[in-house]
Amino acid sequence: MRVLFHIGRYFQLMGEVFGRPERLGVYWRRIIEEIDLLGVKSLGIVAMLSAFMGAVIALQTKSNINSPLISDTLVGFATRQSTILEFSHTIIALILAGKVGSTVAAEIGSMRVKEQIDALDIMGVNSAGYLILPKVIAAVLIFPFLIIMSMFLSVFGGYLIVAATGIISTSAYQTGIRMDFMPFSITYALIKTEVFAFIITTVSGYHGYYTQGGTREVGISSTTAVVYSIVAIIISNFVLTKLLLA
Amino acid sequence: MIEVKGVSKRFGSTQVLTDISAVFKPGMINQVIGKSGSGKSVLAKCIVGLHVPEEGEVLYDGRSFHHLEKDEKRQVRQEIGMLFQGSALFDSLTVIENVMFPLRMFGVMEPGAMRERAELCLQRVSIEPEKNKLFPSEISGGMQKRVGIARAIAMQPKYLLCDEPNSGLDPQTSIVIDQLIAELTEEYGITTIVITHDMNSVMETGDNIIFIHEGRKHWQGGREELLHTDNPELSAFVYASGLMKRVKKAMGG
Repeated sequence: MRVLFHIGRYFQLMGEVFGRPERLGVYWRRIIEEIDLLGVKSLGIVAMLSAFMGAVIALQTKSNINSPLISDTLVGFATRQSTILEFSHTIIALILAGKVGSTVAAEIGSMRVKEQIDALDIMGVNSAGYLILPKVIAAVLIFPFLIIMSMFLSVFGGYLIVAATGIISTSAYQTGIRMDFMPFSITYALIKTEVFAFIITTVSGYHGYYTQGGTREVGISSTTAVVYSIVAIIISNFVLTKLLLA
Repeated sequence: MIEVKGVSKRFGSTQVLTDISAVFKPGMINQVIGKSGSGKSVLAKCIVGLHVPEEGEVLYDGRSFHHLEKDEKRQVRQEIGMLFQGSALFDSLTVIENVMFPLRMFGVMEPGAMRERAELCLQRVSIEPEKNKLFPSEISGGMQKRVGIARAIAMQPKYLLCDEPNSGLDPQTSIVIDQLIAELTEEYGITTIVITHDMNSVMETGDNIIFIHEGRKHWQGGREELLHTDNPELSAFVYASGLMKRVKKAMGG
């Protein structure tokens, strides 16, 4: 029953979030600020994680090739395929659920306990729309760029480890990453990215918006937002993979 | 004028307000007083529409707020200014941006006029221009309250609600805030409701006082009558402090 209550309230909140905005100009400015906060400020962690992820995939693949009949080009191929088809968008989305999700829930939750959301409501401002919609739009706009960057850096991270350790030749790696490339896999990754961006911002926004109590509850909301975002990402990842690839 | 008619509110099985009725007239300081937990703030939230009462209605110049359509409610809300206990200023905005916020949201003025209006409001509450660019965390609690008042009057409201405007302030600053609210009320003919449990504030500015006890209205009157009340709950509340006990003694009570 409790789950149904939250699902119902979440969709009710979404109705308000996507309601008519008061002034587009004000929202536009907030979207720009959110792109900086949620996207640009996540560049560092995404870049570092992606490069190491690619390097680990390359090392793991090579260490698991025992048969001399399997070409070394598989290392590049496997790095590219795992990165584009799964790791970049899902792992990065999980990381962003932690970083962005907790930021969103804590920011909105603090505004709730400090009566700032009440102040917005009393002024006649659609508080849900004003606080959550710019974050959703910003994430939907900027996350695909983060994921594309992650894909490149991951493949490049694999290249660097190959070049540094000499486990295979760099030319074999390069041949591998160009092998049997299907452009749809990028579309597939970006569709999932958009869904994950929506989930992270709306689920975290929901938990922040309905925070009750004081600073302790803001912390609880923040943690709950991250946990629920991760669960929702994992479930939707399965559903989307089934729908788009199967 | 704000009229509260038979308002009752409960949270789960706890009855917080029972059948509260009161009339709050413009141009005077209407105060709702009572002990902590008596239901004053819940009444204020029912008045501004943050809580929906189970029974009764709140009328803004005859308009029953809880029965209005969404857009009409929004319209009424733009006529309400509210000063919160903790000021509720937006942390990420500077002092002047906080005051400009409602003007910007509803696009009632050109950008230049908006700034002028915000500066005027800040000047009215005695905030020096050099403070305008500071963030709320960089100014004192008393100043935050004054900025909160400036934001509340920016849209030239017809109704002003102040939820414990003196909480956390020293006695001198409290008097400044009380006097400022009283001056603005008279100057603009606003219907002002002040939620408070501060007896200094009540004796300083209260014109029409409503005493709430355990969620019910127990008494209504002026500050002179308040001192001579024979209502036992109100008397216990008014003369709780040593200072007020001495006042009572001096009056021959």
